[in-house]
Amino acid sequence: MSDVRKGYIRPVDFKHGRVDMTHGSGGRAMAQLIEELFLAAFDNDWLRAANDQACFAVQSGRMVMATDSHVVSPLFFPGGDIGCLSVHGTVNDVAMSGAKPLYLSASFILEEGFPLADLKRIVESMAHAAREAGVPIVTGDTKVVEQGKGDGVFITTTGVGVVPAGVNISGDRARPGDAILVSGTLGDHGVAIMAQRESLGFETTIQSDTAALHELVARMVEAVPDIHALRDPTRGGLATTLNEIARQSGVGMMLREEALPVRQEVEAACEFLGLDPLYVANEGKLICICAPEHAEALLEVMRTHPLGREAALIGSVHADPHHFVQMETGFGGKRIVDWLTGEQLPRIC
Amino acid sequence: MKYINEFRDGKTARHIAAAIARETRADRRYHIMEFCGGHTHAISRYGLSDLLPENIRLIHGPGCPVCVLPIGRIDNAIDLALNRGVILATYGDCLRVPASHGLSLLKAKARGADVRMVYSSADALKLAQDHPEREVVFFAIGFETTTPPTAVALRQAEKMGLKNFTVFCNHVLTPAAIANILESPEVRLHGTVPLDAFIGPAHVSTVIGSQPYEHFAEEYEKPVVIAGFEPLDVMQAILMLVRQLNEGRAEVENEFSRAVTREGNVKAQQLVAEVFELRKSFEWRGLNEVPYSALRIKAKYSAYDAERRFGIEYRSVADNKACECGAILRGLKRPQDCKLFGTVCTPENPMGSCMVSSEGACAAHYTYGRYRDAVA
Repeated sequence: MSDVRKGYIRPVDFKHGRVDMTHGSGGRAMAQLIEELFLAAFDNDWLRAANDQACFAVQSGRMVMATDSHVVSPLFFPGGDIGCLSVHGTVNDVAMSGAKPLYLSASFILEEGFPLADLKRIVESMAHAAREAGVPIVTGDTKVVEQGKGDGVFITTTGVGVVPAGVNISGDRARPGDAILVSGTLGDHGVAIMAQRESLGFETTIQSDTAALHELVARMVEAVPDIHALRDPTRGGLATTLNEIARQSGVGMMLREEALPVRQEVEAACEFLGLDPLYVANEGKLICICAPEHAEALLEVMRTHPLGREAALIGSVHADPHHFVQMETGFGGKRIVDWLTGEQLPRIC
Repeated sequence: MKYINEFRDGKTARHIAAAIARETRADRRYHIMEFCGGHTHAISRYGLSDLLPENIRLIHGPGCPVCVLPIGRIDNAIDLALNRGVILATYGDCLRVPASHGLSLLKAKARGADVRMVYSSADALKLAQDHPEREVVFFAIGFETTTPPTAVALRQAEKMGLKNFTVFCNHVLTPAAIANILESPEVRLHGTVPLDAFIGPAHVSTVIGSQPYEHFAEEYEKPVVIAGFEPLDVMQAILMLVRQLNEGRAEVENEFSRAVTREGNVKAQQLVAEVFELRKSFEWRGLNEVPYSALRIKAKYSAYDAERRFGIEYRSVADNKACECGAILRGLKRPQDCKLFGTVCTPENPMGSCMVSSEGACAAHYTYGRYRDAVA
């Protein structure tokens, strides 16, 4: 037995404690927070090695890398929180190339005074999401800013992954004639968040759809390796994402309003708030653009996965020098589905 | 969705469209003004023009509350927020309206002004309760629909004895604007703007009723059909107007009978009358000074009148010379007739107010309908 007496360290008070400047100063308090919170939650060999970087073997083939910062308000919302969202967001960005996500990094900017209990909840939710996705968080960083200079907590995650051979998915590969598929209902996340904002004061049962989509993608890629484009319609919703792809590929698109899957509660809430579900954020949905002859096979595969049960064919790609995304309305008329202008603001009349 | 989707049914729309096509006479044209921005939005969003015969022209009227707000009033609001240290609470639509010196409320916010978006006058009142140490000004805009809630907020502020809450009142009146358009020389004398009939306001009419439009039907012999904001409402109203015009009738008809009565909401009217009084004249963007077309806060509630508390002085500011918002609001020109449309004036960078709100004629055409110009 060693006769070196272990100094007593008072455990971090996760019940009543708050983030203070020492938690970011590089001293003992920071080391303790990392050990008792981040390491305990994310626990893996890379983190236990306690280096400033994670070291891992690289598979041969094409690697992808994606990063995403999360500044959501409120931090906790029906169906999730900023923690699991920050894992799902980056896993999905990696997966939309058809890649298998392998590792994540996580960087925290904490505001002085932020309750440690909330931080613990967020970190544990991240850990849970990462474990569920099978993608470990292997390196990270923590900084603390003075009160008033942050909004509680900001989280940036970065992910790397490897693309299976023969897969080439990219936003510039949409071709005239292609089919446009969506994996499920639109607008759930955005409406869940908006309903929580205090000034609105209305209650809904709508939950955020936040989820990691890489397993769904893996199945789709297995069934049809030649998927042309995949993207998750997060900020700006379906409309913005399709406009991005139309511009990248130099094509036009035509959607059918009647085919768009929108939950009744989401439609009602949007109606009430003067919003358009096409522009509302999603965090667990993907858009898939593929050759028309592959559409049925893909829909079938998607519908066998819990995250693609409500997958639908919503439109098609055509040649258009203006790169307009248009929609046949339920009414038989046509209209443009344009880029989102500024933030989506409610109408008063 | 119940009670909504029934009014957006494509099959019914095609039935009405067929009836309109059947009943329009080939030997004449039909110029129909939809007064309200809500109608403009529905027409563009659902692509209604595609369902109408070529000889029906829809003219987008000035019924978008944000579009008719003159630059000078927004300058006043920006001054309050930027230089007077107040919390300025306002509806989301107002934030992006371009004002003088390249500013808007949104840009003023980025320069440190405390501008808060609210969904109702009640939210603004709550801001004042939550921040007793700050002056809270509610930048109140809108037609008769948003006026009663402002009246309620003023009454509640008085009841609660709030010392830090005032209203910068910019409420305007629909009938005065319609009369102004009908009296304008373009319509009355030169006949450069053929105007055969009106689709009457939806939400405004729930408050003021259908009675105020009878004057237009009688005096100016223009048929009016009050219609809801759902696309089927608009289609049905167009059919009713085509019938009136074919039969040589000029009456007020009510398509929106599920919400509008002849008298309107008498309680709301009384509330408004208790708190507000007519201004002798008010500047409208695009229509210039319109007599007896707006409301101000009565002396009894002067303690809650931002114009009095902050000594706000109004200065009229001219629009950009090339901007055709004025002519567009009066139905003289279409958005695509403006040189600025889609070039320097876009929803990202609006030069004129019609490009700001999704109810504005230019924004609606840019956002939903410009593929038609591209094809042409």
